[in-house]
Amino acid sequence: MSDHHKETFITKYIFSIDHKMIAKQFLITGMLMGIVGMLMSILFRLQLSSPGEPFAILEWFGVDWNPTLDANGNVIGTPIMEGVLDPNLYLSLVTMHGTILVFWVLTAGLSGTFANFLIPLQIGARDMASGFINMLSYWFFFAATVVLLVSLFVQTGPASSGWTIYPPLSAVAESIPGSGLGQDLWLISMTLFVVSSLLGGLNYIVTILNLRTKGMSMSRLPLTIWAIFITAILGVLSFPVLLSACLLLVFDRTFGTSFYLSDIIIGGEALHHTGGSPILFEHLFWFLGHPEVYIILLPALGIVSEVMSVNSRKPIFGYKAMVLALIAIAFLSFIVWGHHMFITGMDPFLGSVFTFTTLLIAIPSAVKVFNYLATLWKASIRFTPAMLFTIGFVSTFLTGGLTGLILGDSALDINVHDTYFVVGHFHIVMGLSAIYGMFAGVYHWFPKMYGRMMNKKLGYLHFWVTFICAYGVFFPMHFLGLAGLPRRYYTNSNFPMFDELTDINQLITTFAIVGGLIQFIFVFNFFYSIFKGTKATKNPWESNTLEWTTPIERMHGNWPGEIPTVHRWPYDYSKPGAEKDFIPQTEPLKEGEEEH
Amino acid sequence: MEGTLKNNTSKQLLWIGMIGITMFFAGLTSAVIVRSADRGWESIIMPQWFWYSTFAIVLSSITLMIAKRQVKKGISPTFYIVSSLILGLLFSCFQIMGWGQLVSDGIFLTGEKSHPAGSFLYVITLAHLIHVLGGLISLLVTTIKSAQVKYTKKNYLGIELTSIYWHFLDVLWLYLFVFLLYSLK
Repeated sequence: MSDHHKETFITKYIFSIDHKMIAKQFLITGMLMGIVGMLMSILFRLQLSSPGEPFAILEWFGVDWNPTLDANGNVIGTPIMEGVLDPNLYLSLVTMHGTILVFWVLTAGLSGTFANFLIPLQIGARDMASGFINMLSYWFFFAATVVLLVSLFVQTGPASSGWTIYPPLSAVAESIPGSGLGQDLWLISMTLFVVSSLLGGLNYIVTILNLRTKGMSMSRLPLTIWAIFITAILGVLSFPVLLSACLLLVFDRTFGTSFYLSDIIIGGEALHHTGGSPILFEHLFWFLGHPEVYIILLPALGIVSEVMSVNSRKPIFGYKAMVLALIAIAFLSFIVWGHHMFITGMDPFLGSVFTFTTLLIAIPSAVKVFNYLATLWKASIRFTPAMLFTIGFVSTFLTGGLTGLILGDSALDINVHDTYFVVGHFHIVMGLSAIYGMFAGVYHWFPKMYGRMMNKKLGYLHFWVTFICAYGVFFPMHFLGLAGLPRRYYTNSNFPMFDELTDINQLITTFAIVGGLIQFIFVFNFFYSIFKGTKATKNPWESNTLEWTTPIERMHGNWPGEIPTVHRWPYDYSKPGAEKDFIPQTEPLKEGEEEH
Repeated sequence: MEGTLKNNTSKQLLWIGMIGITMFFAGLTSAVIVRSADRGWESIIMPQWFWYSTFAIVLSSITLMIAKRQVKKGISPTFYIVSSLILGLLFSCFQIMGWGQLVSDGIFLTGEKSHPAGSFLYVITLAHLIHVLGGLISLLVTTIKSAQVKYTKKNYLGIELTSIYWHFLDVLWLYLFVFLLYSLK
């Protein structure tokens, strides 16, 4: 029996407990936040390409958003920026860009969308183990979003101590305007976000363990589900540690404790804090922070495996090795956090231990890249937009991963620490790879989400301009970093040694603007196709997984009758002796046929 | 969802949630380890009240174990669940009195006279007490349901879930108590 029942507008679109609707809620919220985060990056890129110069687009903002205040809280200087980006606003934009992209887009937007959408559909379940907890997960996320957006409009501006909110900057309200109410709202928002992530993660794990349809053994799970499963475990183990770090920070900020603070002097006056250590925060933060990189990456790795196999018309190369590599990456992610802290005065021996564990990650990562290339080798590739983004993922995962070897080695890292080399590295390996995975997922599963197809030509345009511009933005940053240009600086024009890098910065900003604008093509394609796209067939990509056996029309419960039984793994593409080049998981094995 | 499956998924949800809570406290206690290795760490004598509260929470776990056995035999477990609830409340009172004793001993959460060791003690015990509050609510709901004879020999999931969480809080406190006893020595 299906679980389909009569739904009102409220229960269908707003307080829905249907996993597919919740997935769309996560996706659309993530997309809108993505636009906000991307526009922020364009604003601060304008400053970096032409420091201190006025821009008409900045005049549009009118008032000084994050003004410098005197001791009585009055605004110092003119409140009108006249088109020049205020230094405090610059710091806020960088902070909020990082926060939004890391957490809102690439964590909730990616995992929230595809975990919710794919788990029940690909394992053969009516819904998540708890639809109610699932709904709560979205609404906690929504509340977190509202609080974060509200923080943009408070007088002292949003948080501006970086997405890593290192104390003492983030712990002392008097240090910079953004460490006032904006930082409080950031912490409230992040707490709501962590609750949302944990509620989601609990549900994903329990659903995958308990609600698989008959025949869907763990060894027959699509790699998307394996990746989401391991991501959820990572989240449950690491997000609470961030919460503990934030709790201590809240006590330092609000109640005057000294967990992270010691001997702070502001305006010539010594604060009472003694005995705290800001390095303690870094340990706690990065214990989450590094697994967070893989919370972002693993779902993309799963999506890429699935989309690549379907569009290569070949089984994914080394299924078991892919699963083992996911597990190895997840395990190692917990013992490498020190590589973010090589220059904190860490014992060199400890540094070498973290170097060793960090470089070990190259092994399972290389296994994955090798298997992707082996899957593509001699394949009958269908170059759909999803497949192009998948290939783009392999490219960025590889190029970004290679610079990771440099940053993982303490002896090399200290030379480029806190420079644009780091910015280039993590944007390519984590940011671009994950966003390409997300785009691949959206293009691939859009027909299942909305029953219509996205426009292919716009998809190709979107891919190629994004791909070229993204490399145009982040590849030159490595050279800026090698030249010693520090990240996070409001202006580099005060340092003559960096004068000759101005052209590169202008080039980067140009690519950023073009690459940013092209995303609106994607947004247009997405929303236009929901209503006007060509109607999709039941299985447009000729794929094997269970979601393509559900009816085109959305229904709560997913299958009108019995849930289908699974007889084989999901990667029987171009199997010798088969009539078609794909055999759905629901098709029983023929007499004498080996599973794979 | 059928009965056995519902039992399994509910228990697993709880177990995984408890793993998350464990990581939260692992974060806090590892922060103590990192900080205590540095200079300027002060020692604190654990308040007497925390010993009493430890006794109360262990006893409350025992009464809850008896309650589960009773319901399995088909005997009303209400008396033992109420006992656990009262002992849980007693635990909470003892914790608060422990903080009072700390203040009398000149150990403060915050302010000029405070130091990180004392602040850690307050924050960790407070965080545990907030989780205990969830357990007390759960015990209260279980008590009401038990008084309404909603639990039978075959259907006592509510008692099982409450027991698992309450025993977890008990073990967690034992860990925190021993840990704080030694790291603040």
